[in-house]
Amino acid sequence: MTSILASDTTIELIYLAATALFILALKLMGSPKTARHGVWAGEAGMVLAVAGTLLHHGIDYKWVAISLVLGTIIGIPLGLVQMTAVPQRTALSHAFGALCVTLVGTAEFYLRAPAVPPLMMAVLSLEVILGSLTFTGSLMAAGKLQEVLPQRPITYKGQNFVNLAVLASAIAVAAYLVVHPDRTGLFPVLIGVPLLFGVLMIVPIGGADMPTVISLLNSYAGLSAAAMGFVLDSKLLIVAGALDGASGFILSVNMSKAMNRSFSNVLFGAFGQEHAAGAAGAEQTRPVRSATPEEAAAILSAANKVVIVPGYGMAVAQAQHKVRELYDTLSKRGVDVKFAIHPVAGRMPGHMNVLLAEADIPYDKLLDMEEINPEFPQTDVALVIGANDVTNPAARSDPSSPIYGMPILDVDKARTCMVIKRSMSPGFAGIDNPLYYLDKTLMLFGDAKQFVGAIVRELTGAHG
Amino acid sequence: MKADLITSLYVFMLAAFIGFEVIRRISPLLHTPLMSLTNALDAIAVVGAIILAGEGKSRLAILLGSIAIVAATSNIVGGFLITDRMLKMFKSSRPQKP
Repeated sequence: MTSILASDTTIELIYLAATALFILALKLMGSPKTARHGVWAGEAGMVLAVAGTLLHHGIDYKWVAISLVLGTIIGIPLGLVQMTAVPQRTALSHAFGALCVTLVGTAEFYLRAPAVPPLMMAVLSLEVILGSLTFTGSLMAAGKLQEVLPQRPITYKGQNFVNLAVLASAIAVAAYLVVHPDRTGLFPVLIGVPLLFGVLMIVPIGGADMPTVISLLNSYAGLSAAAMGFVLDSKLLIVAGALDGASGFILSVNMSKAMNRSFSNVLFGAFGQEHAAGAAGAEQTRPVRSATPEEAAAILSAANKVVIVPGYGMAVAQAQHKVRELYDTLSKRGVDVKFAIHPVAGRMPGHMNVLLAEADIPYDKLLDMEEINPEFPQTDVALVIGANDVTNPAARSDPSSPIYGMPILDVDKARTCMVIKRSMSPGFAGIDNPLYYLDKTLMLFGDAKQFVGAIVRELTGAHG
Repeated sequence: MKADLITSLYVFMLAAFIGFEVIRRISPLLHTPLMSLTNALDAIAVVGAIILAGEGKSRLAILLGSIAIVAATSNIVGGFLITDRMLKMFKSSRPQKP
Protein backbone atom coordinates (compact mmCIF):
# COMPACT_ATOMS: atom_id res chain seq x y z
CA MET A 1 0.00 0.00 0.00
CA THR A 2 1.54 3.34 -1.01
CA SER A 3 1.75 5.87 1.72
CA ILE A 4 0.03 8.65 -0.23
CA LEU A 5 -3.02 6.54 -0.92
CA ALA A 6 -3.35 5.35 2.62
CA SER A 7 -2.43 8.56 4.36
CA ASP A 8 -4.86 9.72 6.99
CA THR A 9 -5.44 13.00 5.20
CA THR A 10 -6.46 11.22 2.01
CA ILE A 11 -8.89 9.06 3.93
CA GLU A 12 -10.31 12.07 5.77
CA LEU A 13 -10.83 13.85 2.45
CA ILE A 14 -12.63 10.80 1.08
CA TYR A 15 -14.89 10.87 4.16
CA LEU A 16 -15.51 14.55 3.59
CA ALA A 17 -16.65 13.86 0.03
CA ALA A 18 -18.89 11.05 1.28
CA THR A 19 -20.44 13.40 3.86
CA ALA A 20 -21.23 15.94 1.14
CA LEU A 21 -22.79 13.21 -1.01
CA PHE A 22 -24.99 12.09 1.90
CA ILE A 23 -26.36 15.59 2.42
CA LEU A 24 -26.86 15.93 -1.33
CA ALA A 25 -28.72 12.60 -1.33
CA LEU A 26 -31.26 13.91 1.16
CA LYS A 27 -31.60 17.19 -0.72
CA LEU A 28 -32.37 15.32 -3.94
CA MET A 29 -35.06 13.35 -2.08
CA GLY A 30 -37.01 16.61 -1.97
CA SER A 31 -38.78 15.96 -5.25
CA PRO A 32 -40.03 12.73 -6.82
CA LYS A 33 -38.34 13.82 -10.06
CA THR A 34 -34.84 13.83 -8.58
CA ALA A 35 -35.29 11.34 -5.75
CA ARG A 36 -33.63 8.46 -7.57
CA HIS A 37 -30.56 10.61 -8.14
CA GLY A 38 -30.54 10.98 -4.38
CA VAL A 39 -30.22 7.22 -4.01
CA TRP A 40 -27.32 7.24 -6.46
CA ALA A 41 -25.59 10.05 -4.57
CA GLY A 42 -26.03 8.08 -1.35
CA GLU A 43 -24.64 4.94 -2.94
CA ALA A 44 -21.64 6.82 -4.32
CA GLY A 45 -20.95 8.28 -0.88
CA MET A 46 -21.22 4.87 0.73
CA VAL A 47 -18.86 3.21 -1.77
CA LEU A 48 -16.34 6.03 -1.29
CA ALA A 49 -16.51 5.78 2.50
CA VAL A 50 -16.15 2.00 2.61
CA ALA A 51 -13.32 2.05 0.06
CA GLY A 52 -11.59 4.80 2.03
CA THR A 53 -11.88 2.79 5.21
CA LEU A 54 -10.36 -0.27 3.58
CA LEU A 55 -7.31 1.87 2.73
CA HIS A 56 -6.48 2.25 6.43
CA HIS A 57 -3.15 0.90 7.54
CA GLY A 58 -3.01 -2.54 9.01
CA ILE A 59 -6.48 -3.75 8.06
CA ASP A 60 -6.67 -7.51 7.90
CA TYR A 61 -9.19 -8.22 5.17
CA LYS A 62 -10.13 -11.80 5.98
CA TRP A 63 -13.02 -11.31 8.43
CA VAL A 64 -13.95 -8.00 6.89
CA ALA A 65 -14.42 -9.54 3.45
CA ILE A 66 -16.37 -12.53 4.74
CA SER A 67 -18.65 -10.25 6.75
CA LEU A 68 -19.21 -7.86 3.85
CA VAL A 69 -20.23 -10.76 1.60
CA LEU A 70 -22.47 -12.26 4.27
CA GLY A 71 -24.16 -8.91 4.89
CA THR A 72 -24.78 -8.49 1.18
CA ILE A 73 -26.36 -11.94 0.99
CA ILE A 74 -28.71 -11.06 3.85
CA GLY A 75 -29.37 -7.56 2.54
CA ILE A 76 -30.57 -8.48 -0.94
CA PRO A 77 -33.73 -10.37 0.10
CA LEU A 78 -34.44 -7.58 2.62
CA GLY A 79 -34.38 -5.16 -0.30
CA LEU A 80 -36.84 -7.25 -2.30
CA VAL A 81 -39.74 -7.57 0.15
CA GLN A 82 -43.34 -6.78 -0.81
CA MET A 83 -44.37 -3.15 -0.46
CA THR A 84 -46.95 -4.07 2.20
CA ALA A 85 -44.06 -5.50 4.26
CA VAL A 86 -41.93 -2.35 4.08
CA PRO A 87 -42.84 -1.20 7.63
CA GLN A 88 -41.59 -4.40 9.27
CA ARG A 89 -38.53 -4.41 7.02
CA THR A 90 -37.80 -0.86 8.12
CA ALA A 91 -38.21 -1.79 11.77
CA LEU A 92 -35.88 -4.74 11.24
CA SER A 93 -33.26 -2.53 9.64
CA HIS A 94 -33.45 -0.14 12.60
CA ALA A 95 -32.71 -3.19 14.74
CA PHE A 96 -29.71 -4.14 12.59
CA GLY A 97 -28.36 -0.61 12.65
CA ALA A 98 -28.73 -0.49 16.42
CA LEU A 99 -27.10 -3.92 16.75
CA CYS A 100 -24.07 -2.72 14.80
CA VAL A 101 -23.72 0.36 16.99
CA THR A 102 -24.12 -1.60 20.24
CA LEU A 103 -21.57 -4.24 19.26
CA VAL A 104 -19.00 -1.67 18.20
CA GLY A 105 -19.59 0.25 21.43
CA THR A 106 -19.13 -2.91 23.48
CA ALA A 107 -15.87 -3.80 21.74
CA GLU A 108 -14.60 -0.24 22.14
CA PHE A 109 -15.31 -0.36 25.86
CA TYR A 110 -13.36 -3.56 26.43
CA LEU A 111 -10.48 -2.30 24.28
CA ARG A 112 -10.21 0.88 26.35
CA ALA A 113 -11.11 -0.44 29.81
CA PRO A 114 -10.17 -0.07 32.59
CA ALA A 115 -8.84 3.43 31.85
CA VAL A 116 -11.78 5.07 30.11
CA PRO A 117 -11.88 8.88 30.52
CA PRO A 118 -15.18 10.04 32.08
CA LEU A 119 -16.32 12.03 29.06
CA MET A 120 -15.64 9.09 26.76
CA MET A 121 -17.44 6.74 29.11
CA ALA A 122 -20.49 9.01 29.14
CA VAL A 123 -20.73 9.11 25.35
CA LEU A 124 -20.05 5.39 25.13
CA SER A 125 -22.85 4.73 27.62
CA LEU A 126 -25.22 6.88 25.60
CA GLU A 127 -24.26 4.92 22.50
CA VAL A 128 -24.90 1.47 23.97
CA ILE A 129 -28.03 2.48 25.90
CA LEU A 130 -29.67 3.99 22.81
CA GLY A 131 -28.37 1.16 20.65
CA SER A 132 -29.61 -1.70 22.79
CA LEU A 133 -33.05 -0.26 23.53
CA THR A 134 -33.49 0.48 19.83
CA PHE A 135 -32.41 -3.07 19.02
CA THR A 136 -35.04 -4.88 21.08
CA GLY A 137 -37.64 -2.15 20.57
CA SER A 138 -37.32 -2.43 16.81
CA LEU A 139 -37.42 -6.22 16.91
CA MET A 140 -40.64 -5.99 18.94
CA ALA A 141 -42.10 -3.48 16.49
CA ALA A 142 -41.14 -5.67 13.54
CA GLY A 143 -42.73 -8.67 15.28
CA LYS A 144 -45.95 -6.79 15.88
CA LEU A 145 -46.07 -5.52 12.31
CA GLN A 146 -45.36 -8.98 10.92
CA GLU A 147 -48.06 -10.25 13.29
CA VAL A 148 -45.85 -12.88 14.87
CA LEU A 149 -46.43 -11.00 18.12
CA PRO A 150 -49.89 -9.92 19.32
CA GLN A 151 -50.72 -6.47 17.93
CA ARG A 152 -53.03 -5.69 20.80
CA PRO A 153 -51.49 -3.24 23.27
CA ILE A 154 -50.69 -4.94 26.56
CA THR A 155 -51.08 -2.58 29.47
CA TYR A 156 -51.07 -2.93 33.22
CA LYS A 157 -51.27 -0.63 36.18
CA GLY A 158 -48.09 1.26 36.94
CA GLN A 159 -46.60 0.45 33.56
CA ASN A 160 -45.14 3.90 33.01
CA PHE A 161 -43.58 3.81 36.44
CA VAL A 162 -41.97 0.41 35.82
CA ASN A 163 -40.66 1.53 32.42
CA LEU A 164 -39.21 4.76 33.73
CA ALA A 165 -37.65 2.93 36.68
CA VAL A 166 -35.94 0.50 34.30
CA LEU A 167 -34.63 3.33 32.15
CA ALA A 168 -33.49 5.26 35.21
CA SER A 169 -31.56 2.26 36.53
CA ALA A 170 -29.72 2.01 33.19
CA ILE A 171 -28.75 5.67 33.49
CA ALA A 172 -27.66 5.10 37.09
CA VAL A 173 -25.38 2.24 36.01
CA ALA A 174 -23.96 4.49 33.29
CA ALA A 175 -23.29 7.24 35.81
CA TYR A 176 -21.53 4.78 38.12
CA LEU A 177 -19.35 3.54 35.26
CA VAL A 178 -18.41 7.10 34.35
CA VAL A 179 -16.94 7.48 37.84
CA HIS A 180 -15.60 3.92 38.11
CA PRO A 181 -14.80 2.72 34.58
CA ASP A 182 -12.68 -0.09 36.04
CA ARG A 183 -15.82 -1.94 37.18
CA THR A 184 -16.03 -3.71 33.83
CA GLY A 185 -18.33 -6.33 35.32
CA LEU A 186 -21.11 -3.76 35.26
CA PHE A 187 -20.91 -3.22 31.52
CA PRO A 188 -23.17 -6.18 30.61
CA VAL A 189 -25.79 -4.59 32.89
CA LEU A 190 -25.46 -1.37 30.92
CA ILE A 191 -26.51 -3.33 27.85
CA GLY A 192 -28.96 -5.76 29.43
CA VAL A 193 -31.18 -3.20 31.16
CA PRO A 194 -31.83 -1.10 28.00
CA LEU A 195 -32.47 -4.34 26.10
CA LEU A 196 -35.24 -5.03 28.61
CA PHE A 197 -36.47 -1.45 28.36
CA GLY A 198 -36.78 -1.76 24.57
CA VAL A 199 -39.17 -4.68 25.01
CA LEU A 200 -41.19 -2.97 27.76
CA MET A 201 -41.42 0.21 25.69
CA ILE A 202 -43.18 -1.50 22.78
CA VAL A 203 -45.44 -3.85 24.81
CA PRO A 204 -48.16 -1.20 25.40
CA ILE A 205 -48.22 -0.08 21.78
CA GLY A 206 -50.96 -1.08 19.37
CA GLY A 207 -50.97 -1.34 15.60
CA ALA A 208 -52.43 2.11 15.03
CA ASP A 209 -49.48 3.76 16.79
CA MET A 210 -46.86 2.00 14.69
CA PRO A 211 -46.13 4.97 12.39
CA THR A 212 -45.09 7.04 15.40
CA VAL A 213 -43.07 4.24 16.96
CA ILE A 214 -41.15 3.43 13.80
CA SER A 215 -40.25 7.10 13.37
CA LEU A 216 -39.16 7.35 16.97
CA LEU A 217 -36.97 4.24 16.71
CA ASN A 218 -35.56 5.72 13.50
CA SER A 219 -34.54 8.77 15.46
CA TYR A 220 -32.97 6.71 18.28
CA ALA A 221 -31.03 4.62 15.76
CA GLY A 222 -29.65 7.81 14.22
CA LEU A 223 -28.70 9.30 17.58
CA SER A 224 -26.95 6.12 18.68
CA ALA A 225 -24.91 6.16 15.46
CA ALA A 226 -24.03 9.81 16.08
CA ALA A 227 -22.88 8.88 19.61
CA MET A 228 -20.71 6.18 18.04
CA GLY A 229 -19.26 8.92 15.84
CA PHE A 230 -18.28 10.84 18.97
CA VAL A 231 -16.58 7.77 20.44
CA LEU A 232 -14.64 7.00 17.26
CA ASP A 233 -14.11 10.68 16.48
CA SER A 234 -15.63 10.13 13.03
CA LYS A 235 -17.24 13.29 11.66
CA LEU A 236 -18.79 11.28 8.83
CA LEU A 237 -20.64 9.10 11.29
CA ILE A 238 -21.70 12.08 13.38
CA VAL A 239 -23.20 13.77 10.31
CA ALA A 240 -24.96 10.62 9.06
CA GLY A 241 -26.32 9.93 12.54
CA ALA A 242 -27.47 13.52 13.00
CA LEU A 243 -29.25 13.48 9.63
CA ASP A 244 -30.97 10.19 10.46
CA GLY A 245 -31.85 11.39 13.93
CA ALA A 246 -33.28 14.65 12.59
CA SER A 247 -35.28 12.80 9.97
CA GLY A 248 -36.75 10.40 12.50
CA PHE A 249 -37.48 13.28 14.86
CA ILE A 250 -39.37 15.28 12.21
CA LEU A 251 -41.39 12.24 11.20
CA SER A 252 -42.19 11.43 14.85
CA VAL A 253 -43.47 14.95 15.42
CA ASN A 254 -45.55 14.76 12.22
CA MET A 255 -47.02 11.44 13.23
CA SER A 256 -47.75 12.46 16.79
CA LYS A 257 -49.58 15.54 15.51
CA ALA A 258 -51.56 13.41 13.08
CA MET A 259 -52.45 10.99 15.88
CA ASN A 260 -53.39 13.83 18.20
CA ARG A 261 -50.80 12.98 20.81
CA SER A 262 -48.60 15.38 22.70
CA PHE A 263 -44.96 15.20 21.87
CA SER A 264 -43.83 14.37 25.39
CA ASN A 265 -46.27 11.50 25.21
CA VAL A 266 -44.38 10.23 22.20
CA LEU A 267 -40.92 10.95 23.54
CA PHE A 268 -41.41 8.69 26.53
CA GLY A 269 -43.16 6.01 24.57
CA ALA A 270 -46.15 6.15 26.88
CA PHE A 271 -48.82 6.12 24.23
CA GLY A 272 -51.55 3.75 23.15
CA GLN A 273 -53.38 3.59 26.43
CA GLU A 274 -56.00 6.26 26.80
CA HIS A 275 -58.29 5.10 24.00
CA ALA A 276 -60.43 2.03 24.48
CA ALA A 277 -62.80 3.25 27.21
CA GLY A 278 -64.25 6.00 24.96
CA ALA A 279 -67.46 5.15 23.18
CA ALA A 280 -67.70 1.43 23.70
CA GLY A 281 -71.40 1.37 24.41
CA ALA A 282 -72.38 3.62 21.49
CA GLU A 283 -75.74 3.06 19.88
CA GLN A 284 -75.50 0.86 16.80
CA THR A 285 -79.18 1.05 15.94
CA ARG A 286 -79.30 4.44 14.24
CA PRO A 287 -80.44 4.17 10.64
CA VAL A 288 -77.90 4.34 7.82
CA ARG A 289 -78.41 4.51 4.07
CA SER A 290 -76.76 1.79 2.07
CA ALA A 291 -76.31 1.37 -1.67
CA THR A 292 -75.50 -1.33 -4.21
CA PRO A 293 -72.56 -1.28 -6.64
CA GLU A 294 -74.98 -0.25 -9.43
CA GLU A 295 -76.18 2.78 -7.49
CA ALA A 296 -72.65 3.70 -6.48
CA ALA A 297 -71.49 3.45 -10.11
CA ALA A 298 -74.36 5.67 -11.26
CA ILE A 299 -73.49 8.36 -8.73
CA LEU A 300 -69.77 8.18 -9.56
CA SER A 301 -70.35 8.44 -13.30
CA ALA A 302 -72.50 11.55 -12.80
CA ALA A 303 -69.76 13.24 -10.75
CA ASN A 304 -67.26 15.81 -11.95
CA LYS A 305 -64.85 15.53 -9.07
CA VAL A 306 -64.20 12.45 -6.97
CA VAL A 307 -61.81 12.16 -4.04
CA ILE A 308 -60.84 8.67 -2.94
CA VAL A 309 -59.80 8.29 0.70
CA PRO A 310 -57.79 5.09 1.15
CA GLY A 311 -56.95 3.65 4.55
CA TYR A 312 -54.89 0.73 5.69
CA GLY A 313 -57.97 -1.50 5.29
CA MET A 314 -57.65 -1.00 1.55
CA ALA A 315 -54.14 -2.43 1.60
CA VAL A 316 -55.18 -5.30 3.85
CA ALA A 317 -57.93 -6.20 1.36
CA GLN A 318 -55.33 -5.91 -1.45
CA ALA A 319 -57.77 -3.61 -3.21
CA GLN A 320 -55.28 -1.03 -4.53
CA HIS A 321 -55.15 -2.53 -8.03
CA LYS A 322 -58.96 -2.52 -8.31
CA VAL A 323 -58.88 1.07 -7.08
CA ARG A 324 -56.45 1.88 -9.90
CA GLU A 325 -58.95 0.39 -12.40
CA LEU A 326 -61.63 2.60 -10.91
CA TYR A 327 -59.30 5.59 -11.22
CA ASP A 328 -58.59 4.73 -14.88
CA THR A 329 -62.25 4.22 -15.76
CA LEU A 330 -63.40 7.44 -14.13
CA SER A 331 -60.50 9.47 -15.54
CA LYS A 332 -61.31 8.22 -19.03
CA ARG A 333 -64.82 9.57 -18.58
CA GLY A 334 -63.42 12.97 -17.75
CA VAL A 335 -64.00 12.74 -14.01
CA ASP A 336 -61.35 14.51 -11.94
CA VAL A 337 -60.13 11.86 -9.50
CA LYS A 338 -57.75 12.57 -6.65
CA PHE A 339 -56.57 10.66 -3.60
CA ALA A 340 -56.58 12.08 -0.08
CA ILE A 341 -53.79 10.66 2.06
CA HIS A 342 -53.94 11.09 5.82
CA PRO A 343 -50.47 11.10 7.43
CA VAL A 344 -51.23 7.93 9.38
CA ALA A 345 -52.91 6.02 6.55
CA GLY A 346 -50.69 2.96 6.59
CA ARG A 347 -48.25 1.44 9.02
CA MET A 348 -45.42 3.94 8.60
CA PRO A 349 -45.11 7.53 7.36
CA GLY A 350 -45.83 7.71 3.63
CA HIS A 351 -46.67 4.01 3.37
CA MET A 352 -49.99 4.58 1.60
CA ASN A 353 -48.30 6.64 -1.12
CA VAL A 354 -45.93 3.76 -1.85
CA LEU A 355 -48.79 1.26 -2.03
CA LEU A 356 -50.72 3.47 -4.46
CA ALA A 357 -47.62 4.23 -6.52
CA GLU A 358 -47.07 0.49 -6.78
CA ALA A 359 -50.58 0.21 -8.26
CA ASP A 360 -49.46 2.75 -10.91
CA ILE A 361 -51.48 5.67 -9.61
CA PRO A 362 -49.62 8.85 -10.59
CA TYR A 363 -48.05 10.60 -7.61
CA ASP A 364 -49.40 14.02 -8.55
CA LYS A 365 -52.90 12.65 -7.80
CA LEU A 366 -51.89 11.75 -4.24
CA LEU A 367 -52.56 14.76 -2.04
CA ASP A 368 -51.78 15.08 1.63
CA MET A 369 -54.29 16.29 4.17
CA GLU A 370 -53.47 19.99 4.04
CA GLU A 371 -53.63 20.08 0.25
CA ILE A 372 -56.88 18.19 -0.15
CA ASN A 373 -59.04 19.46 2.73
CA PRO A 374 -59.90 22.81 1.06
CA GLU A 375 -61.09 20.86 -1.99
CA PHE A 376 -63.75 18.74 -0.28
CA PRO A 377 -66.52 21.39 -0.45
CA GLN A 378 -66.20 21.35 -4.27
CA THR A 379 -66.09 17.57 -4.39
CA ASP A 380 -69.10 15.63 -5.69
CA VAL A 381 -68.20 12.27 -4.21
CA ALA A 382 -65.79 11.34 -1.45
CA LEU A 383 -65.20 7.59 -1.60
CA VAL A 384 -63.77 6.19 1.65
CA ILE A 385 -62.09 2.79 1.32
CA GLY A 386 -60.86 1.07 4.44
CA ALA A 387 -60.39 4.27 6.45
CA ASN A 388 -62.38 5.10 9.55
CA ASP A 389 -61.06 7.27 12.38
CA VAL A 390 -59.27 9.68 10.03
CA THR A 391 -62.67 10.62 8.54
CA ASN A 392 -64.51 10.94 11.85
CA PRO A 393 -66.09 14.42 12.10
CA ALA A 394 -66.40 13.96 15.87
CA ALA A 395 -62.69 14.85 15.97
CA ARG A 396 -63.71 18.40 14.95
CA SER A 397 -66.99 18.82 16.80
CA ASP A 398 -67.31 16.56 19.82
CA PRO A 399 -65.01 17.45 22.75
CA SER A 400 -66.07 14.26 24.55
CA SER A 401 -64.74 12.06 21.75
CA PRO A 402 -61.45 10.31 22.48
CA ILE A 403 -60.11 11.51 19.14
CA TYR A 404 -61.26 15.11 19.60
CA GLY A 405 -58.65 17.47 18.14
CA MET A 406 -57.09 14.91 15.81
CA PRO A 407 -56.69 16.39 12.33
CA ILE A 408 -59.03 14.59 9.92
CA LEU A 409 -59.94 14.54 6.26
CA ASP A 410 -63.10 16.61 5.84
CA VAL A 411 -64.99 14.05 3.75
CA ASP A 412 -68.28 15.12 5.32
CA LYS A 413 -67.97 18.40 3.43
CA ALA A 414 -68.26 16.67 0.06
CA ARG A 415 -71.71 16.60 -1.58
CA THR A 416 -71.98 12.84 -1.30
CA CYS A 417 -69.92 10.56 0.82
CA MET A 418 -69.60 6.84 0.13
CA VAL A 419 -67.97 4.48 2.59
CA ILE A 420 -66.94 0.94 1.71
CA LYS A 421 -66.97 -1.10 4.89
CA ARG A 422 -67.56 -4.70 5.84
CA SER A 423 -70.08 -3.95 8.55
CA MET A 424 -71.09 -1.28 11.01
CA SER A 425 -68.59 -2.44 13.62
CA PRO A 426 -66.47 0.45 14.89
CA GLY A 427 -62.87 0.77 13.75
CA PHE A 428 -59.49 0.12 15.25
CA ALA A 429 -59.86 2.50 18.16
CA GLY A 430 -63.40 1.35 18.88
CA ILE A 431 -64.88 4.78 18.29
CA ASP A 432 -68.24 5.24 16.60
CA ASN A 433 -68.16 7.41 13.47
CA PRO A 434 -71.07 9.91 13.10
CA LEU A 435 -70.15 10.25 9.42
CA TYR A 436 -71.99 7.01 8.71
CA TYR A 437 -75.33 8.38 9.90
CA LEU A 438 -75.34 11.57 7.82
CA ASP A 439 -78.01 11.99 5.16
CA LYS A 440 -75.35 12.52 2.51
CA THR A 441 -73.54 9.30 3.38
CA LEU A 442 -74.09 6.03 1.56
CA MET A 443 -72.70 2.88 3.12
CA LEU A 444 -71.39 0.33 0.67
CA PHE A 445 -71.24 -2.91 2.62
CA GLY A 446 -68.78 -5.54 1.45
CA ASP A 447 -65.18 -6.46 0.85
CA ALA A 448 -63.24 -3.50 -0.56
CA LYS A 449 -61.67 -5.41 -3.43
CA GLN A 450 -64.91 -7.06 -4.55
CA PHE A 451 -66.99 -3.93 -4.14
CA VAL A 452 -64.64 -1.71 -6.12
CA GLY A 453 -64.41 -4.46 -8.75
CA ALA A 454 -68.21 -4.52 -9.00
CA ILE A 455 -68.34 -0.74 -9.44
CA VAL A 456 -65.70 -0.92 -12.19
CA ARG A 457 -67.64 -3.67 -14.00
CA GLU A 458 -70.78 -1.61 -13.75
CA LEU A 459 -69.06 1.48 -15.16
CA THR A 460 -67.30 -0.28 -18.03
CA GLY A 461 -70.37 -2.43 -18.81
CA ALA A 462 -72.61 0.62 -19.07
CA HIS A 463 -70.03 2.27 -21.26
CA GLY A 464 -70.12 -0.41 -23.91
CA MET B 1 -10.20 14.46 23.66
CA LYS B 2 -11.83 17.58 25.02
CA ALA B 3 -11.02 19.75 21.99
CA ASP B 4 -12.07 16.93 19.67
CA LEU B 5 -15.33 16.59 21.51
CA ILE B 6 -16.14 20.26 21.16
CA THR B 7 -15.39 20.15 17.43
CA SER B 8 -17.55 17.05 17.16
CA LEU B 9 -20.38 18.81 18.97
CA TYR B 10 -20.19 21.66 16.47
CA VAL B 11 -20.33 19.16 13.62
CA PHE B 12 -23.30 17.43 15.21
CA MET B 13 -25.16 20.68 15.76
CA LEU B 14 -24.59 21.91 12.21
CA ALA B 15 -25.55 18.55 10.72
CA ALA B 16 -28.72 18.46 12.80
CA PHE B 17 -29.70 21.92 11.52
CA ILE B 18 -29.01 20.91 7.94
CA GLY B 19 -31.01 17.74 8.52
CA PHE B 20 -34.00 19.65 9.87
CA GLU B 21 -33.97 22.20 7.06
CA VAL B 22 -33.50 19.68 4.26
CA ILE B 23 -35.89 17.05 5.57
CA ARG B 24 -38.63 19.53 6.48
CA ARG B 25 -38.99 20.27 2.77
CA ILE B 26 -39.49 16.64 1.77
CA SER B 27 -43.13 16.01 0.92
CA PRO B 28 -45.03 13.36 2.92
CA LEU B 29 -45.37 11.61 -0.44
CA LEU B 30 -41.80 10.36 -0.08
CA HIS B 31 -41.56 9.77 3.66
CA THR B 32 -41.30 5.99 3.38
CA PRO B 33 -38.42 6.04 0.85
CA LEU B 34 -36.86 8.81 2.94
CA MET B 35 -36.79 6.57 5.98
CA SER B 36 -35.33 3.70 3.97
CA LEU B 37 -32.65 5.98 2.57
CA THR B 38 -31.63 7.55 5.89
CA ASN B 39 -31.49 4.04 7.24
CA ALA B 40 -29.06 2.97 4.56
CA LEU B 41 -26.96 6.10 5.10
CA ASP B 42 -26.97 5.50 8.84
CA ALA B 43 -25.36 2.13 8.17
CA ILE B 44 -22.18 4.10 7.49
CA ALA B 45 -21.46 2.84 11.01
CA VAL B 46 -19.95 -0.01 9.02
CA VAL B 47 -16.71 2.02 8.79
CA GLY B 48 -16.27 1.74 12.54
CA ALA B 49 -17.00 -1.96 12.42
CA ILE B 50 -14.52 -2.52 9.57
CA ILE B 51 -11.72 -0.86 11.52
CA LEU B 52 -12.61 -2.87 14.61
CA ALA B 53 -12.65 -6.21 12.81
CA GLY B 54 -9.75 -5.29 10.51
CA GLU B 55 -7.31 -4.03 13.12
CA GLY B 56 -8.04 -7.12 15.21
CA LYS B 57 -6.80 -5.74 18.54
CA SER B 58 -8.59 -8.55 20.39
CA ARG B 59 -10.61 -11.66 19.61
CA LEU B 60 -13.69 -9.98 21.01
CA ALA B 61 -13.16 -6.98 18.72
CA ILE B 62 -12.88 -9.23 15.67
CA LEU B 63 -16.00 -11.19 16.62
CA LEU B 64 -18.22 -8.23 17.50
CA GLY B 65 -16.82 -6.16 14.63
CA SER B 66 -17.58 -8.89 12.11
CA ILE B 67 -21.17 -9.32 13.29
CA ALA B 68 -21.54 -5.54 13.19
CA ILE B 69 -20.28 -5.48 9.59
CA VAL B 70 -22.84 -8.12 8.61
CA ALA B 71 -25.68 -6.16 10.23
CA ALA B 72 -24.65 -2.82 8.73
CA THR B 73 -23.91 -4.20 5.27
CA SER B 74 -27.34 -5.82 5.07
CA ASN B 75 -28.82 -2.40 5.87
CA ILE B 76 -26.73 -0.73 3.19
CA VAL B 77 -27.57 -3.24 0.46
CA GLY B 78 -31.20 -3.77 1.44
CA GLY B 79 -31.82 -0.09 2.17
CA PHE B 80 -30.55 1.28 -1.12
CA LEU B 81 -32.22 -1.54 -3.05
CA ILE B 82 -35.69 -1.02 -1.61
CA THR B 83 -35.46 2.77 -1.76
CA ASP B 84 -34.69 2.61 -5.45
CA ARG B 85 -37.46 0.05 -6.05
CA MET B 86 -39.97 2.33 -4.35
CA LEU B 87 -38.87 5.47 -6.15
CA LYS B 88 -39.04 3.73 -9.53
CA MET B 89 -42.77 3.25 -8.96
CA PHE B 90 -43.53 6.94 -8.48
CA LYS B 91 -44.76 8.19 -11.85
CA SER B 92 -46.37 11.46 -12.81
CA SER B 93 -49.60 11.68 -14.82
CA ARG B 94 -48.19 14.61 -16.75
CA PRO B 95 -45.92 13.82 -19.69
CA GLN B 96 -42.23 14.30 -18.96
CA LYS B 97 -40.91 17.71 -19.87
CA PRO B 98 -38.46 17.57 -22.78
